[in-house]
Amino acid sequence: MMEEKNGKQHLEAVCPSKKDKLDLETARARIAETKGPEYWRSLEELAGSTEFQEMMHREFPKGASEWADAVSRRGFMKLMGASLAMAGMTACTKQPLEPIVPYVRQPEEVIPGRPMFYASAFSLGGYATPVLVESHMYRPTKIEGNDQHPASQGGTDVFAQASILDIYDPDRSQNITYRGELSTWGAFMAAMEQPLIAQNAANGSGIRVLTGTVSSPTLADQFAQMRARYPQSKWHVYEPVNRDNVIAGARMAFGQPVETIYKLDAADVIVSLDADFLYGGFPGVTRYARDFAKRRNPDSGNMSRMYVIESTPSSTGAKADHHLPVRAVDIEPFAQALASGVSSGSQPMSLKGEQQRYLSAIVKDLQNHRGASVVIAGDHQTPAVHALAHAINQSLGNVGKTVFYTEPVNANPVNQSDSLKDLIADMRAGKVQFLLIAGANPLYDAPADLGFADALQSSNIPLRVHLGLYQDETSQYCHWHLNETHYLESWGDARAYDGTVSIVQPLIAPLYGGKSLYEVMALLAGQSEMTGHEVVKDYWRSKHSGVDFDAFWRKSLHDGWIEGTAFTPRSETAKGAAASSSISSLASNAGDNSLEINFRRDPSIYDGRFANNGWLQELPKPMTKMTWDNPVLVAPAMAQRMGLKSGDLVRLDLNGKNLVAAVWIQAGHPDNSVTTFLGYGRSRAGRVGTGLGFDVYPLRPSATPWFTAGANISKTGGTYLLASTQGYQTMETPNGDSRPLVRTRSLEEYKKEPNFAQDDKPPAELTLYPGYDYKSEPYSWGMTIDLNSCVGCNNCIVACQSENNIPIVGKEQVNKGRHMHWLRVDAYYQGDRDNPKAYFQPVPCMQCENAPCELVCPVGATTHSTEGLNDMIYNRCVGTRYCSNNCPYKVRRFNFFLFQDWETPQYKMMRNPDVTVRSRGVMEKCTYCVQRIAEHRIDAEVADRKIADGELQTACQQSCPANAIVFGNINDPNSEVSKLKANSRNYGLLQDLNTRPRTTYLAEIRNPNPELEAQA
Amino acid sequence: MVRPTEVEVGEDKVPVLAPGHTFVSLTDKISNIVLKRPIKLGWVFGFLVAFSVMQGLLFGATYLFLKGVGIWGVNIPVGWGFAIVNFVWWIGIGHAGTLISAILLLLRQSWRNSINRFAEAMTLFAVACAGMFPVLHLGRPWLAYWLFPYPNTMGYWPQFRSPLVWDVFAVSTYFTISLVFWFVGLIPDLATLRDRTDNSLIRFTYGALAMGWRGSARHWARYETAYLLLAGLATPLVLSVHTVVSFDFAIGIVPGWHTTIFPPYFVAGAIYSGFAMVLVLAIPIRRFYDVKDLITDRHLENSAMVMLATGLIVAYGYAMEAFMNWYSGNPYDSFLQWNRLHGPYAPYYLALLFCNIALPQILWIRKFRTNSIWLFLISMDVLVGMWLERFIIVVVSLTRDFTTSAWGMYYPTRWDWAIFMGTLGMFTAAMFLFVRILPMISIFELRTLLPEAEVKHE
Amino acid sequence: MIVEPIFGMMAEFDTPTDIVVAARRTSEAGYKKIDAYSPFPIEELAEAIGFHHNGVALIALIGGLLGLSGGFMLQWWVSTISYPVNIGGRPFNSWPSFIPVTFEMTILFAGLSAVFGMLVLNGLPMPYHPVFNVPRFVRATEDKFFLIIFSSDPKYDAVQTHAFLESLGARSIAEVPS
Repeated sequence: MMEEKNGKQHLEAVCPSKKDKLDLETARARIAETKGPEYWRSLEELAGSTEFQEMMHREFPKGASEWADAVSRRGFMKLMGASLAMAGMTACTKQPLEPIVPYVRQPEEVIPGRPMFYASAFSLGGYATPVLVESHMYRPTKIEGNDQHPASQGGTDVFAQASILDIYDPDRSQNITYRGELSTWGAFMAAMEQPLIAQNAANGSGIRVLTGTVSSPTLADQFAQMRARYPQSKWHVYEPVNRDNVIAGARMAFGQPVETIYKLDAADVIVSLDADFLYGGFPGVTRYARDFAKRRNPDSGNMSRMYVIESTPSSTGAKADHHLPVRAVDIEPFAQALASGVSSGSQPMSLKGEQQRYLSAIVKDLQNHRGASVVIAGDHQTPAVHALAHAINQSLGNVGKTVFYTEPVNANPVNQSDSLKDLIADMRAGKVQFLLIAGANPLYDAPADLGFADALQSSNIPLRVHLGLYQDETSQYCHWHLNETHYLESWGDARAYDGTVSIVQPLIAPLYGGKSLYEVMALLAGQSEMTGHEVVKDYWRSKHSGVDFDAFWRKSLHDGWIEGTAFTPRSETAKGAAASSSISSLASNAGDNSLEINFRRDPSIYDGRFANNGWLQELPKPMTKMTWDNPVLVAPAMAQRMGLKSGDLVRLDLNGKNLVAAVWIQAGHPDNSVTTFLGYGRSRAGRVGTGLGFDVYPLRPSATPWFTAGANISKTGGTYLLASTQGYQTMETPNGDSRPLVRTRSLEEYKKEPNFAQDDKPPAELTLYPGYDYKSEPYSWGMTIDLNSCVGCNNCIVACQSENNIPIVGKEQVNKGRHMHWLRVDAYYQGDRDNPKAYFQPVPCMQCENAPCELVCPVGATTHSTEGLNDMIYNRCVGTRYCSNNCPYKVRRFNFFLFQDWETPQYKMMRNPDVTVRSRGVMEKCTYCVQRIAEHRIDAEVADRKIADGELQTACQQSCPANAIVFGNINDPNSEVSKLKANSRNYGLLQDLNTRPRTTYLAEIRNPNPELEAQA
Repeated sequence: MVRPTEVEVGEDKVPVLAPGHTFVSLTDKISNIVLKRPIKLGWVFGFLVAFSVMQGLLFGATYLFLKGVGIWGVNIPVGWGFAIVNFVWWIGIGHAGTLISAILLLLRQSWRNSINRFAEAMTLFAVACAGMFPVLHLGRPWLAYWLFPYPNTMGYWPQFRSPLVWDVFAVSTYFTISLVFWFVGLIPDLATLRDRTDNSLIRFTYGALAMGWRGSARHWARYETAYLLLAGLATPLVLSVHTVVSFDFAIGIVPGWHTTIFPPYFVAGAIYSGFAMVLVLAIPIRRFYDVKDLITDRHLENSAMVMLATGLIVAYGYAMEAFMNWYSGNPYDSFLQWNRLHGPYAPYYLALLFCNIALPQILWIRKFRTNSIWLFLISMDVLVGMWLERFIIVVVSLTRDFTTSAWGMYYPTRWDWAIFMGTLGMFTAAMFLFVRILPMISIFELRTLLPEAEVKHE
Repeated sequence: MIVEPIFGMMAEFDTPTDIVVAARRTSEAGYKKIDAYSPFPIEELAEAIGFHHNGVALIALIGGLLGLSGGFMLQWWVSTISYPVNIGGRPFNSWPSFIPVTFEMTILFAGLSAVFGMLVLNGLPMPYHPVFNVPRFVRATEDKFFLIIFSSDPKYDAVQTHAFLESLGARSIAEVPS
């Protein structure tokens, strides 16, 4: 990669290199070339290797005295970062990895073996997801949703769930380094003194701070103070996945940035203009998913209807009653037509064919639901589309009913690409004396055509400081690298999508020391030497008016949010002008046949910041079920024209730049359009993430960062291995018949034939045996999964992985069909490949009462519990795999190798101590979180009561934002699960096999518009 | 014991024993192969080749124990691959040996006397090869003994409803009974070798093995009873073994496994492949050791006819399976049939039909039944075909079962092949050793075929 | 000279017919403790020396019954008494599933007891036996047939027995030292 090359030269400029290589070099190389889960094995060998031993047994490695060679020095750093059992081996530098709080006197509230929960908040793109963190003896082990919090109500998204893996990531930067050399906070402070004095004189004209999106009031305040001290200092904000268009759209409509909040449970009709608001990363997604699901109950009589017009298939589109794939550039004209149609009330005839058909239907539907409808524009759509959406919502009278406007959550709602451009300009102009890059990685993810890398190199900025979790692409160009603390290690605060402030409280003292942005900013804000805790607490003390601050503080920490910080909706009037604004050039100059290219955040690793998170890398992406890669999505029709197969390599050309990447044929993708995903192809992510997939940032234009027409695609002839967890994505078998896996009807049909899902339910007496009497037991556990509610957000998969210590296996093993997820979410496509219906089906173990797997186990390693659980006895299993063969649902997972990492001490801390860590050659599968059942049973027995309904939740259920999963005691007729199982939509997967599954599904009911159905 | 007269009457066939032999000539001819015949270069070469191929097994198994079954192509959904295919295939081959020595004995088919000895040896070696796979394919092979019911600190036992436990009992019983049957048959011949060698060490060895056999009439009487009883017991046993093996699949609910026709059709298939293997061994043996007068064209022809018959039963099995897949109206079964014919593994299914059904039909023509070259080729073809049958049943059924989202493919790795080939090498090497150190043809049973062995009644 | 104790007197014959006839006449002549040796089984011969019943079948039957009951009882006890577990909702005593193992155990025990019964009754293994002292006896496992009258027989008399055996047309006659 271009930057990489220049980087090397530049680096030599920063740190003059000597030619002699240390033996570390070889070690470094050896780690560097291994990635994915194998890397532990190779590290293990490395640890055994003589040079490593020798190196570790000296206080400093050979040649430490002449710390000249930058590469080897970084090699050593990397080794430090990488090395397992590092803490044990080096006495000098770091804190022990064991619980930080000394255990001499056991704090009262800690009962060994009993987890405790702390409220905190996970931030992504500036928006906080309130969470509860489970802590075993001061070790955070699991993220759960904060069910008290208005913005979460118990749900989380995949990123929050997986963040627990990041804090224990052994690749995290573990030291402060100066020019790649080990250094200290003290040394850094000393080094800052002179420059800051100089800046004082110059009013801070040379100070620039670049951060990601920030919603933290405390930070905002710190920046304010910085500007007070250094009037001419500047705060720049840039994230590759930003909401510039949203803000611009708001400015168009209201003349100022506003936050738009939707109330989906009040909406009868939802129209999404390219908005994927049901998948993690969209602000407020957890609440939206919950509200959306509330209105999708066909028995409630007020089931909502959703239209999704989108440019790339998304889980939101999959849930739509009507889904229309159009190119992103065609969304704006559609929005135009929609707006004029809605406002004028007349039927606009401006569009062609299918689009017109949808348009007229949608217009009619919207007009019939004034005040009870909502139009949502996608973050990446043009400002015009957002303005139009505002106008439509307004003319429909939705504002104040389903749509609310508040002041922006974003503390610094500038246009981020402009902000970055300014910074680069200043850098070029040599105005920058001191640059702090915090929580941003512009070297990797800034649009290439802005030339951030060049600017950084050509301009000679005397002091460049990088604060980050990793030694990443950017850190190697900065003099100072400060290892940042993870949010579970540090104090802070952040706003949720509705403005509610959550205090971020640490669960554990920083594993590797490290500083938070608050602590670094304290320097510039003149709060020198204040800890993050003091900074945050002082800020809120200053804001606190009431009497007893400590009570307020304790309550806020306990609840996980601060009372009354939610923004109050304000009345905004969209200027009609916006609605009639002419089509922007982006849309207008795109001919029907010019190829459009989309740039989207990756469903798993977002903008690349999670690239080193194995859970997310191996998380099957909702629509493609792809893991470890970011293939380019193309429409089936286009693939046919070009003779492409999934896995073929293509060359994409755009404005003189090009990219060679693999393609994936995606049903329901609009023609003449391709979708690429950001975040892959990183050069310094860590051993998991480095070098995976294809880096599309170099191709991404700063002017049109989300989509643009005029791209070129050509087949290169090469092929590439893509590892998808679901090879066959339809319920139709090739011989032309279809299997009733996901059972679905339209609302009308369902009303006519409510029991359609149960037709093949075998009668209870259909057995040779006297059945086991579960009724007489106190508990019989069962689960229902409401396919109507499930939005395919993948959250349950990660929650399960985290709760049950499930290993990752790597791309090659996934490709062989050996992924270990206990719970998978199947995606099925049905009908027209150009615009298919799509369905999600989460599949955990069915816990069959007549379990076929148990019958065939020769050693009785899987047996049935009195409570109806299909138990797996790991230490009895000899690994015949017969049970898996005989499982019609194929939910059993086998340790073909020693997949689990048994060495890395960090991971030992992360694991759930209540769940066995499985070894090689053993079968495993979903247990209904039996450890949680046991825990609650014990509590109940101690208290001499029965487990109350809802008190016991499985991991997947707890964090499900849509409440699709319900678990409970089916012996109790009043439990929620019993009621749901009595529902006429309730059916067992493959129930005709008479396996009598305890996990059952509620059939999916869609609510199509009869008008569109009729013509279709 | 069977008299030649009882079989030869009114038959114009090639005799089961070439005329002109006497007690002495028979004894000389067979025992000299062991005692006098020098070791030929061909034997050494053949043995070395087999032995080196066998290393595939040793290396494969070692690496397997180090790394885990992941080195094979197995996955989810295809939990069973080559290991189980080979297991079923080898077990099947073993069946011919027992059939010849036991069932044909009960049916008083005197011609079995000249081929039962090495057929039984073949059984033992085949079952030994088969027996390794269930252990090798375990995720934790070092715990294989948990499948045996022995009192243990866990107080836990095998799960007797599992066909795999039935396998353990069936296969181990089968191996034990075959072993004693074979050894009992050897005792009088061992005595013969003991009395004919002039090398004291060899005499001591065979003598110890013969346990002091002296051919007393009383001994013979008890011996004959025991031998007949063993035959009578081995007959239902051999039928039960492949039945139980077929239960591994029939008990499962996987489409393509869950069918009642498996037991008979597995047994027929076993005998089919078994006789193919007998011919593959007999044809070169009678050539290189020049015992065409003892293993005559008559034996080849009879074996060929048995192959033809069992082949037809197998064909019936396939036809019935296909018919039921359609007639049952079960969508999973009908898809299974479609998948076999049009799915990704269709070529193997068609190859199987050709090898097991089409080609062997030429055995209707006598010319092919008596031409040892053709017989050899056809037998080879049947062995391949029967291996494919097990592949189709075990693997292809698993690749696409109930839940379409969990469909997969199976690709064997080089380790799958190494271990499979390794067992072929082990089997061949064992046969090479056998023909040199034990009488490959039962001497005392052949004696009874001689006219002079007849007691004339005045 | 030292007179060795005599084990018996052995006559050699060429054909199965001769030995059968000779054996029959010997027992008709009132000799009780006799035996005959042949390189292959001859049904008439056992009859001729008055050996009618052997216990092998009975032993096998008993063994078989032991295997049958033992095999089933083991499974039944394990699955219902010792450690009953709910396996796929099947009853603890799933007797149909116990049939295969029961069957195999029956065969195993019956087969082994038949073989070991035979060996024990035959007194095998027996490394030394006086008849091996007769040099010609090596042919007994090849092509010759031998008849022996044990010295323990009341009618045994060195001279008369020798004469009697000659009268049977024996090919050669030898005294068997013990």
